[in-house]
Amino acid sequence: MDTIFALASAPGRAGVAVIRISGPAAFPAVHELTGAGMAGRGLSVRRLFDSSGDVLDDAVVLGFPGPGSFTGEDVVELQIHGSVAGVSAVLGRLAELPDLRLAEPGEFTRRALENNRMDLAQVEGLADLIDAETEAQRKQAQAVLGGALGAVADGWREKLIRAAALIEATIDFAEEEVPVDVTPEVSALLIAVQDELSHEIKGVRIAERIRSGFEVAIVGPPNAGKSTLLNTLAGRAAAITSEIAGTTRDVIEVRMDLAGLPVTLLDTAGLREAEDKVEAMGVALARERAAAADLRVFLMSEEEVPQDLRQNGDIAMRPKADLLMDASDAISGLTGQGVDVLVSRIEEILTHRSASAGLATRERHRWAMMTAQDGLIAAQGLLEQGPEMYDLAAEDLRHAIRALESLVGRVDVENLLDEIFSSFCLGK
Amino acid sequence: MKHSPVDVVVIGGGHAGAEAAHAAARMGARTVLVTLKREGIGVMSCNPAIGGLGKGHLVREIDAMDGVMGRVADKAGIQFRLLNRRKGPAVRGPRAQADRAIYRSAMLAETEAREGLEIVEGEVTDFLMDGLRVSGVLFADGSEIRAGAVVLTTGTFLRGVIHIGDVRRPGGRMGDKPSIKLAERIDSFNLPLGRLKTGTPPRLDGRTINWDILESQPGDEEPELFSFLSKQVEAKQISCGITYTNARTHEIIRENLSRSAMYGGHIEGVGPRYCPSIEDKVVRFADKDQHQIFLEPEGIDDPTVYPNGISTSLPEEVQEAYIRSIAGLENAKIVQPGYAIEYDYVDPRALNAQLSLRDVPGLYFAGQINGTTGYEEAAAQGLVAGLNAALAVQGREAVAFSRTDSYIGVMIDDLTTRGVAEPYRMFTSRAEFRLSLRADNADQRLTPLGLRLGCVGEERRVAFLDKIERLDTARSLLSSETYTPKQIGSVGIKVKEDGNRRTGLEILAFPDVAFESLIPLVPALSSIEPPIRRQVENDALYASYIERQKRDVSAMKRDEAQVIPHEFDFMIVDGLSNELKQKLTHARPETLAQAGRMEGMTPAALALLMARLRRNGQAKRA
Repeated sequence: MDTIFALASAPGRAGVAVIRISGPAAFPAVHELTGAGMAGRGLSVRRLFDSSGDVLDDAVVLGFPGPGSFTGEDVVELQIHGSVAGVSAVLGRLAELPDLRLAEPGEFTRRALENNRMDLAQVEGLADLIDAETEAQRKQAQAVLGGALGAVADGWREKLIRAAALIEATIDFAEEEVPVDVTPEVSALLIAVQDELSHEIKGVRIAERIRSGFEVAIVGPPNAGKSTLLNTLAGRAAAITSEIAGTTRDVIEVRMDLAGLPVTLLDTAGLREAEDKVEAMGVALARERAAAADLRVFLMSEEEVPQDLRQNGDIAMRPKADLLMDASDAISGLTGQGVDVLVSRIEEILTHRSASAGLATRERHRWAMMTAQDGLIAAQGLLEQGPEMYDLAAEDLRHAIRALESLVGRVDVENLLDEIFSSFCLGK
Repeated sequence: MKHSPVDVVVIGGGHAGAEAAHAAARMGARTVLVTLKREGIGVMSCNPAIGGLGKGHLVREIDAMDGVMGRVADKAGIQFRLLNRRKGPAVRGPRAQADRAIYRSAMLAETEAREGLEIVEGEVTDFLMDGLRVSGVLFADGSEIRAGAVVLTTGTFLRGVIHIGDVRRPGGRMGDKPSIKLAERIDSFNLPLGRLKTGTPPRLDGRTINWDILESQPGDEEPELFSFLSKQVEAKQISCGITYTNARTHEIIRENLSRSAMYGGHIEGVGPRYCPSIEDKVVRFADKDQHQIFLEPEGIDDPTVYPNGISTSLPEEVQEAYIRSIAGLENAKIVQPGYAIEYDYVDPRALNAQLSLRDVPGLYFAGQINGTTGYEEAAAQGLVAGLNAALAVQGREAVAFSRTDSYIGVMIDDLTTRGVAEPYRMFTSRAEFRLSLRADNADQRLTPLGLRLGCVGEERRVAFLDKIERLDTARSLLSSETYTPKQIGSVGIKVKEDGNRRTGLEILAFPDVAFESLIPLVPALSSIEPPIRRQVENDALYASYIERQKRDVSAMKRDEAQVIPHEFDFMIVDGLSNELKQKLTHARPETLAQAGRMEGMTPAALALLMARLRRNGQAKRA
């Protein structure tokens, strides 16, 4: 049984972040990070070091020897300072240890189940958790794969299928008219993927810090006061406001800090049938960005919210509270009425959501790419030793592809066979 | 004729049927093998060869369970070759050309000699039904046999149609008659069906081939046999010939494409991509100016030659014209024209992992009827169906082969969880644990299982235990002591001067170190026999990879152990998407492992499924 770890608390800036480690190598990992062992159940304050001996952070270390732990295995919790970079560094350090790997979604729960550490009531409650988790995962995958990384990953997939198919063809169709030595083409493919992988691995780290924010779109009819609300929330005049409907045409982004979570507010063009061509483009863009955002704040009454844009958890508040007799559920950027209600609702929703998504997923991608990188390097080394090593090279390549499955999708033996049969004339 | 009730009836005496009947009988079940005629047992209807890559692995596994195919193939082998000899041992596959007549007579002799197994000649026209359960078979002459389980292995008999050019006629193999009434009974079960096709080349008279001008391919000097019990080849050994098609051949085929059953639009079934007809090769790979043909003799005393690589459904006279355009075949006579056969198969997803129909208790399917191709694939399914039919009748727990322990397990899982899109053939690349599922260690993987089940005879038991003892001796000699880099270097093995002490097994893991080079270091090793030496070498070579795969293996075993009850309702699992619920309901996975291999399944959804299963289990106990 291997040992797994993950960030157990919400991602983003916070006072304290909790990293949970479960499995036989949990206590040895503490020894590895702190330079000293830990004697069973208990609490101690330790300094964590990276592999070159530099200080990572000071941590409260909690030990729960199995079977009296959450998962029933040896469990260690590291409570560290909740900085994005700090958490990322500790997770990265844990990933370097040979017997440890990042947990799959739901894996801690699964181990608890397997070791009979959950009772019926907890199993009942599990459904909600899983629901949240799978939804977050789906969104995450869509966001990542819809973007630039998606195109790169598709390219990897194609190259890796081709490379694996070439090796498998020499193994499974040795009797037939296939090339005996496929090293040159396979090596070229593997090197190309390795180059792009190392580029992306560097990118993930940077992206993690800059981009781990939630997008919140302010949506509403023209002249509802969307830009005024944005300016109030941001505390500065980020968007131009005027009495003229349709002033905002582009999407204006303001990054801000909300309850420790990085948030990007999006001010969008007012939704209406625009006659002006430029404004119409603005409206189309507004709809697109609003749909892709993590959360939408509709400045309109609940009934007026366009059904095609509405998603679970979205917020609707009536605009211009200052002009209304009954200002319940209404907001005004001008007077500040209802603004703290909105802020606390956004906070509540995002904090809840971040419990299952965010940093860990990013770290998972980085881990996947690094594992794949190692596999490709090993495969290439074996290939160069000639066909007698092809079975081992194929295994390392398979290992790499399995690691990348979260990015490129599952590569099945049928994909390899498709490639083989379309490339070679087989059938003696 | 009145027949007394038996435990298991096997219908069909082909490769699936013979292996199924033997397996059931070895388990102690009273077994009847029904065949149209006695001479039909063990007939090789396609090419006269056994084994190959992936397929050779299957034969070794059948043999490890004390099955018949390996021993019979060793008796009939007239040219043995270990494929991929220059590659790693995990991907080496034993293969042999077999003498058709010897194979058939040896298989018949084995079958007649098997205790508890009776051969009955006759045509089965219907099943005896006991409600929804199959409880025996009815013959054309009105007689019947009651049985606890029935295994159907009738190959291509479901709406089989033979095509030679634009001529077609109903039939299974050439010369066999289709059983219409039985097909109607099977239709009444409303099983999902699909249509496949396969082709054969024209058979040639070897006496009219000009062998002198052709390349010759001899067998291996040290033949690698199939069975762990066989000691040496028995039949006379021969060579195969090699020739090639040419521009003229391709021209003849292209000119006559519209007359091919395939290209004339007479065939709708899907053919295997790894075994295309010569028409297909010429069209799809138009840039190739020649294709290789292996000329495989069908037997020592039989002049028939099987030209492997040119299966066809062109009319007879076109076959003759293109054959004669080929070097060495200028005067060749066609003994039997090539033909294509189209047939219905039962979507194997209608079967469970025991190869029993999920909705028709008492009935098992094995072989080509399940959408597979190849003697070895058929025989391996026969083994699984025969063992499980016997176990069911005896009221014992079913035997499950796993993807982690055998190619048999890989195939059964592929078939029953993913179905087939073309005739299913085994490849080594289908086995994710290929490095540990080797032909050389099939006995160590499966014979212990066979011993537990009781399907392994005394001769094999003794031989196996003796081999294990000898392996243990060799391994303990290699692991009891450690050596410094200096000591290792002193016997001529290059090793890093890193100060680490290594055991003999660790030294053997270096790819270029042979067992023999360790003898100066550990003199007692000189008493170890060569086959044991090779086995230890192979294990050491893959040790680090197999260690790494252990996590995957144990995860898969754990999920395979989590059984999903037949009546489990996926629709009530909260938290799964509707799409996934419907997919699961349709596919009805039997274990958590099968569920996990379904498209769209996430780790979190699996955890949820497991939670629900566990909750149901607890509710039942309470």
